[in-house]
This record gives sequence, structure tokens and C-alpha cells, in this order.
Amino acid sequence: MKQRITPLVAPVPRDSKLVSLEQEIRFLFEEVADSLDQDEVERFPGYFIDDCIYQVVSRENYAEGLPQAAIYCEGINMVRDRVIALRETQVYVARIWRHFLSGIRVTAIDQGNVHVRSNFLVTEAMSDSEPTMFLVGQYLDVLVRVGNGLRFRQRLAVYDNHHIRRSLILPV
Amino acid sequence: MEQAMAEEVTARAAARHWPDEGWSRIPYWVYTDEALYQRELDTFFYGPTWNYVALECEVMERGSYKRSWIGERQVVVVRGNDDAIHVWENRCAHRGARVCWKNKGREDSFTCPYHQWNYALDGSLQGVPLKRGVLKKGGMPADFDNTQHGLRPLSVHVEGGSIWASFSGSPIPFDEYCGEEVLACMRRQFPGKKLRLLGYSRQLIPSNWKLYFENLKDPYHATLLHSFLITFGLWRADTQSESIPCDEGHSVMVSRNVGKKKTDAAAEIARFKEALELHDADTVTPRPEFDDGKVIAITHFPSVVIHQQANTFGMRHVIPKGTGSFELAWTFFGYEDDDEAMTRLRVRHANLYGPAGFVAMEDGEVLSESQLGVHHYGHHNAVVEMGGRETERQDHMVTEVLIRAFYKYYRRALGL
Repeated sequence: MKQRITPLVAPVPRDSKLVSLEQEIRFLFEEVADSLDQDEVERFPGYFIDDCIYQVVSRENYAEGLPQAAIYCEGINMVRDRVIALRETQVYVARIWRHFLSGIRVTAIDQGNVHVRSNFLVTEAMSDSEPTMFLVGQYLDVLVRVGNGLRFRQRLAVYDNHHIRRSLILPV
Repeated sequence: MEQAMAEEVTARAAARHWPDEGWSRIPYWVYTDEALYQRELDTFFYGPTWNYVALECEVMERGSYKRSWIGERQVVVVRGNDDAIHVWENRCAHRGARVCWKNKGREDSFTCPYHQWNYALDGSLQGVPLKRGVLKKGGMPADFDNTQHGLRPLSVHVEGGSIWASFSGSPIPFDEYCGEEVLACMRRQFPGKKLRLLGYSRQLIPSNWKLYFENLKDPYHATLLHSFLITFGLWRADTQSESIPCDEGHSVMVSRNVGKKKTDAAAEIARFKEALELHDADTVTPRPEFDDGKVIAITHFPSVVIHQQANTFGMRHVIPKGTGSFELAWTFFGYEDDDEAMTRLRVRHANLYGPAGFVAMEDGEVLSESQLGVHHYGHHNAVVEMGGRETERQDHMVTEVLIRAFYKYYRRALGL
């Protein structure tokens, strides 16, 4: 079982290189969120390296160091299987989700691993009612450079909600 | 004429008259009636029954505690100085404020933040600040007796690492309440080995709490709705299985993990996806664990469904929140002596369950839609005749016998 990578917080020189890195990360995160909001979930695995960790996990489990997560993927194949299940098998009522991101911040750069912390808010709108605030939390990410781009070595969506209302259909 | 008949049906429903067909019908008012809900709480949750509250592995050390629920009442589960488990209402004996403000933790004693009444781990009152007043003024009456003002303790039973409590001082004996069949299945999964906590998931499902028990008394739906179970042979109608109704509203469903295979029966099931292949087959491939080869789900009424599926174990604690909503608190666990590979499989297979589970996600959806469907249709009934109209155990899963047996019990318990 792959252990979650502990987020690092270490001084990062706040220079023009960091500004452009944060800009690149912001662009990436918004692209990922947009692909989910646009129902293009097939693109999702492409943002991860093969040997990745992706979890949507409660703050309760995360804080206690408990391994179980609402969505638990170790390795890109499990991320791909989430997409297959969603498209091929899962029975759910269609709705619209929308991601709102804020506070994207590089907290450490360590041996090529870029540790990034940010906030997310996801709204959910059923087809016959108003949108509700569905999930709120923090991404704890570790990015690595692959070719010209950045990809996730780890993406943890640690949610603050005590409950998930109804069901969690889509990756966060 | 039609109008008169419709009025008659409405009047009988309004008078909470059970349909003449008996337990093969479920009137939809059972999911929405507020007065009935209160009677359910009093009878099933606050009566001489046993409710699941926690696992021992969540409160390992002396003074460690966990908040839990029985019906709509919050309780605290604490390991005492004598190593015994105590369960008390989280309600100060003084003014009713919650004494314990955190979901989990460890304390030497509990002090109500409001006026600092201090309680021992077992809930007994140890100290009242300013009890004798200040400068000979104020204070409690001389005859105020601490022993009469403790936190309300509950009866406690520990079964193989699972903790159960009752508001009654003289509950039905635990073994008797479970019955032989349920107890045997519990002891198979909880043989006394130490447990290891793997995590929690919490859902708020906008449906009546009983619909959840019915879902787990309905093997018929699982063979049709859940592609993952069907396709990967985790739960299929064409395997050797049993549907066993038990006393006190409990039941047991038994099946076997048979792997992915195509049979004539499977071909009839629309959601059998022969072409479906996963990139990571470990998610649906269990390691053999029980000698009997069985997969067992126990519905332990009224508080918990205990599952064993592939290599995932879970307590699904049902916490009602009014007629139209309940919390489903999942506690995933394994055994303390599991090897690393088994723990990995348990955590992977938990992807089947919880709010985003390949299987359970679909239950959250259909239960929510069921509540929306029955709302304002109290004069209509569900029809549960699959597998006949009787309530005896059956050796297959194409049946609603467990739901019928449950409503037979429910009507008797509530005098409906």
C-alpha cells in the first residue's frame, strides 16, 4: 500500500521563477477542474504520472492517518478504472458540478517535487433544484515535471464536509 | 363511484390502516409519518433493544473516547480506568449542554465547559465547582448528592470487538436479541481477534432510514442494479445463496464470490457487462479468507448493517435524522494480524462502498429517488411479492422475503 506523501512546507524564494511556476500550476488546476465541469472525465487520468496517488478523502481520515478514502486510487490504472466505471456501469441521476479554486500556493520544492496547497469548492445542481454547496476542502498536491508540463504524483482532495450528501459521483 | 373509492383509500391511509394484503404491501406513509417516526425511535432505538455504537479498536487506551449516536441521541463511548467500556448520554446532568465537544479524543475525566461539572470516565459526577458557595454564600443545598446526578449511563455489551449499548437498564439479553443465526454470522466475522480501524465514510442520504435496511434485505435489486457485483461475480443470482429472515427485524444474506463468468442466467441480466475489463483487477479480486467461501451481509436492526464483501469489512451505522433523512456512517476495518497485502486489499475493495463506491453510490441514488417518489403518496403501497408472499427463509436471492419478514415484525412491534 502506498503511503500518502506528507505535504512539505519549506521556504520558497518568492522570485519571478516562482511567480511563473504558480501561474503554470494555476493554469493546470483550472484546466483539470474545467475538464471535470465540462464532463470530459476521460481526460482526467492524463494529468497523473503512472505511479500516482489520487484520493478524495475526509479530513477525519486524513487527520487520523487512516488509509481508507471515499475514492482511493494508487496507480494510474485505478484512476482509469474510475472513468470506466463512471461511463460504463454507474447508475446515477445526472447533475451539474462546478469547481471553484482559490489560494493556490507552492509550499515547498523538494528534489523535483512541487508541493502545492489550494482550496476547492464544488457546487452541485440537480436538474430540478438549485445548486448546493456540495464539497469544500483542500487539495494537497505533489507535482512533478514531465517533458514540458507538470503532472500529479499525488492529488489528495481532503474534504471538510462531515457528510457527503447523497453520493459522490465524479472525481474532485 | 371512482371518487368515492379514492376517498375511502385516502381515509384508510390517513387512519394508518395497513393494507389488507398484509406484509406483501408497504404503505408509503411509513416513510413520511412524523408521529410514527417518534414511535420508531422510542421502540427500536430507545427501548430494550441493542444498538451498535463503536468498535473497540476506536477506543484502545484508557480515557479514549468516541462520540456516537443511537437514534437522534448522541452518546459517548469511553474506555474506563478499569479497561471496561462505558457509554453515556452526551448531556450534562446540570443544564443539558453537551459535555463532550469533540468526535474523538482522550481525557482523564470530562468537564462540562458551561459550569465545569466534572465527570469520571464512567460518567459519574465527581465535582461541582463552588458546591459549598463563596464566602459562605451560595452553593448547592447541603443534601445535594453527587451520586444522583451523573451522566445517564447505558447498558453495554462487547461482542468480539464490536460495542453495543441500550438505553434500557434491563434490555433483552444480547444473545437473545440477536438470535442464533445472526450471532453465528457475527462470531464468524468477529471471532475475538483484535480489529484494526481503516477509516470512515459518512453520507447523508435524503431518504427514510428504513429504506436502507430494506435495501440490504433486497438481494433481488443487487443482482440487477449493481453492474460491478454482477459482472465481477461478487454477488450474482446464479450462485449458491440464502436469504434468511431472523427475529427482531434482523436478517442475513449469504452469497459467494465466483469471479467473472458468463452463464445463460447472466446473459439475461442487462447490467452484466461481458466486455467490461478493469485496468487494475485487484479492485474486484478477493483473496480467499473464510473457509466456508461465503459472502455475508447481516442487517442488525435497527442500527447497523455489517458487511463482508470481497476483502472489505464494514459497519454501516444507520443514524436517523427525521423521517426523510439519515446519516450512514461507514466504519471500515480489518484484523490487527492482517498482513500488509491483506490491508491493501481491504482498503482497495472499500472502493466498492461508501458515498463514491462502485456499488454503494447507486444505492444512495435509488434511495434518494425512492423517498422523492413516495412523498405525498401515503395512500399508495409498495408491492413486495418477489419470491412469493410468505416469510420463510429461501435458498436463493430472487426474493423480497426479507422485506416481508421485516414488516411482519415491524407491524407487531408497533401494533399496526
